[in-house]
Amino acid sequence: MILDGKCPTGPIETSWDKHRFDLKLVNPANKRKYNIIMVGTGLAGGAAAASLGELGYNVQAFCYQDSPRRAHSIAAQGGINAAKNYPSDGDSILRLMYDTIKGGDFRAREADVWRLSQVSNNIIDQCVAQGVPFNRDYAGYLDNRSFGGAQVSRTFYSRGQTGQQLLLGAYSALSRQIKAGTVQMYTRREMLDLVVVDGVARGITVRNMVTGQIECYAADAVCLATGGYVNVFYLSTNAKGCSVTANWAAAKKGAFFANPCYTQIHPTCIPQAGEYQSKLTLMSESLRNDGRIWVPKNKADIAKPVSQLPEDARDYYLERKYPSYGNLAPRDISSRSAKEACDEGRGVGPGGRGVYLDFADSIKRLGENTIKERYGNLFEMYERITDENGYKVPMRIYPAPHYAMGGLWVDYNLMSNIPGLFVLGEANFSVHGANRLGASALMQGLADGYFVIPYTIGGYLVTVKPGSVKTDHPEFKKSMEEVSGRNKKFLNIKGKRTVTEFHRDLGKVMWNNVGMARSKESLTEALKEIPKIREEFWQNVKVSGSDSEINQQLENAGRVADFLEFGELLTRDALHREESCGGHFRVEHQMPDGEAMRNDEDFSYVGAWEYKGNDKVPELHKEPLKFETIHLAVRSYK
Amino acid sequence: MSDHKTMTLTLIVWRQKNANDPGKFETYTAKNITEHHSFLEMLDCVNEDLIIAGKEPIVFDHDCREGICGMCSQVINGLPHGGQERTTVCQLHMRKFKDGDTIYIEPWRSRAFPIQKDLVCDRSAYDTIIQAGGYTSCHTGGVPDANSTLIPKEVLDYAMDAAECIGCGACAAACPNSSAMLFTSAKVAQLSALPQGKAEASARVQAMLTAMEDCGFGNCSNHYECQAACPKGINVKFIAKLNREYQKSLFK
Repeated sequence: MILDGKCPTGPIETSWDKHRFDLKLVNPANKRKYNIIMVGTGLAGGAAAASLGELGYNVQAFCYQDSPRRAHSIAAQGGINAAKNYPSDGDSILRLMYDTIKGGDFRAREADVWRLSQVSNNIIDQCVAQGVPFNRDYAGYLDNRSFGGAQVSRTFYSRGQTGQQLLLGAYSALSRQIKAGTVQMYTRREMLDLVVVDGVARGITVRNMVTGQIECYAADAVCLATGGYVNVFYLSTNAKGCSVTANWAAAKKGAFFANPCYTQIHPTCIPQAGEYQSKLTLMSESLRNDGRIWVPKNKADIAKPVSQLPEDARDYYLERKYPSYGNLAPRDISSRSAKEACDEGRGVGPGGRGVYLDFADSIKRLGENTIKERYGNLFEMYERITDENGYKVPMRIYPAPHYAMGGLWVDYNLMSNIPGLFVLGEANFSVHGANRLGASALMQGLADGYFVIPYTIGGYLVTVKPGSVKTDHPEFKKSMEEVSGRNKKFLNIKGKRTVTEFHRDLGKVMWNNVGMARSKESLTEALKEIPKIREEFWQNVKVSGSDSEINQQLENAGRVADFLEFGELLTRDALHREESCGGHFRVEHQMPDGEAMRNDEDFSYVGAWEYKGNDKVPELHKEPLKFETIHLAVRSYK
Repeated sequence: MSDHKTMTLTLIVWRQKNANDPGKFETYTAKNITEHHSFLEMLDCVNEDLIIAGKEPIVFDHDCREGICGMCSQVINGLPHGGQERTTVCQLHMRKFKDGDTIYIEPWRSRAFPIQKDLVCDRSAYDTIIQAGGYTSCHTGGVPDANSTLIPKEVLDYAMDAAECIGCGACAAACPNSSAMLFTSAKVAQLSALPQGKAEASARVQAMLTAMEDCGFGNCSNHYECQAACPKGINVKFIAKLNREYQKSLFK
């Protein structure tokens, strides 16, 4: 099937304005008759629930944490992009769009990216009105810094905790609506199934994580703002509770999964210290504004103290290879370069899996106080984890899975191919193409939540009669039975290995075979290994306790079972995409100098997969990508 | 970073089946722990052993494991988050302990945070306090340009110092009165310092204080245990700011 993104036509500059005008409106008096389910309360879900509640809809919001304030958006450190052009350094909506399309290696939809860039400016205004403390200068004006993949300073930030401050802004708006009664908040609920009646999304089934009760909720539209799936690699920068479960449940009910192979490996994370490790910690990309990345020129020098390595014994490889962007080269390029340096035997630290991020020059130039002011909390965090002082010795960093550009397929209105199912933020695939630029995730989450879904969902709701399906419909009963049946099954296997062991096994296969460098051989091997792990999981996993209480093993078992199915889809997508683009690097497809080589003739499309049942090959649907404003070009940061 | 040395530790952990169970301490041994294990990774290891042995693992809240989500919540050797300055449990590392140490692990203890299981408690009371007024009542859209109101850096820094609160609940857990003053004051101070929040400052401080009392938190009697326990270093000066804002509101 050829998919249609239903993007507006005509000049890009007026596309969103025109589309907004064309969308039908819901009469204010009718809005309260519509129920909307919002799953996830991060930047996208929290902002959307608050905005929809304020418009007058009845919103039921769900999150797995004990409070909507804890969604993983909170961990974003560096900043949020916007085309304000406050520094007058040449920025514009068009430039932000250009950088995002190019940064995504020409694998995103132009119309969606234009809209994102256009509303980016509204986001900054909105957050400031909420009391988000973005950094300012002494005169009181907002300050900006630079991020990877951009030659302008367009990133707004709140020290090293921008995600936290933006999320608390959205959470405060959400709290106001909860108080007003327009949003009903359900915490410690994990969505385990999507209920589809006659091809239309009508509700969800969740597990109450405190009582163990399986509950179902009906609505006129269901929105998933359920984040990304890179915990499929086991070790990642995501929170432990991040999973593909909600999205995978939707996929199994017919929602297409787009570009799952586009995963982002973030270049600046603290290297793994041991087998027992439960997660990897990100150090904000903003550090690359002032930190210089290097490894020793010679393998023989890797164990030497840094003080014994003079300038000419060091290889500042990003500055050498990409002089115009230097240490601010995009994430995929920086990560791959670090891997290359380590593969050549020039990596530092345990196992040779690390590169230096060195602040000595900046400290000399600006003083330790300025560096402390800019990144103090990051240096503290680094020291807590590694016991090393980053002001005195260079930090050691290594790439780690961080973000999913792929996600459920949506059209321009953020609606999936299942009518009534909307997907927001990281959970959808829409704007980052094959690689996301730094400080753009927060921008997308809030754009979708505050400024896109409140308009587009109305266009759908006017076409449906409110409250036409209730939870007494047989599909809800069936869904609840399936969900509790699966939970009972986990408990009854009574095998010999823990859920975490299986997750680690899967993670190793994914990281080694489907990580930063993928090949036909490695992917084919993964396609053999993953089903083996899955099979063993269903025979030999051990989940203790019962399903009628708090049971974290049971929660995890569900998530890992889904990763064991989804990992195969991700691998299959990577195998089918015979090109290198952004975060998807196939060793067979590279330029003579090792840069990614796209194949625009054959792969300039969104690959959206339709689930056909376990152990069955999913069906690929394509949405061709057209580039009319930004012309297809080789992505160069040299 | 070499992992040659390993530690063996005795853990005395609060186990409680559910809200109605009286609960009791149980003793466990943590083996093969290195200095690079985080405290939660140490507990993960203990749990893996418990599961294989057919016993129920220790339930504890955690999520981001990088000190920002505010989910983790354990009293370690009598101190919320374990007593390392500006550190959450998830960022506490085992290099702070010695081989052979005995470690007591308990949940937050506060009337307003009922225990749900083992080390997990219900902190929705903090959400209730924010819902009472911890926001500016701006609408989505229809707000002025971000640079139209200038906010001097000093004011901004003051607001940001308060805004860093992660809502973990350590302040109430540390307080002998089980007061949520530090938490409540951080939000009051942030919003009343900024021009955007001034319009509603009086109504906000009154509503949030009422909600705090209604939730069952005690009052502040200047012990400053909250500041000592706060993993984000939120300063008690914000409680003074709250008191000033409250008094001002009485004369409105």
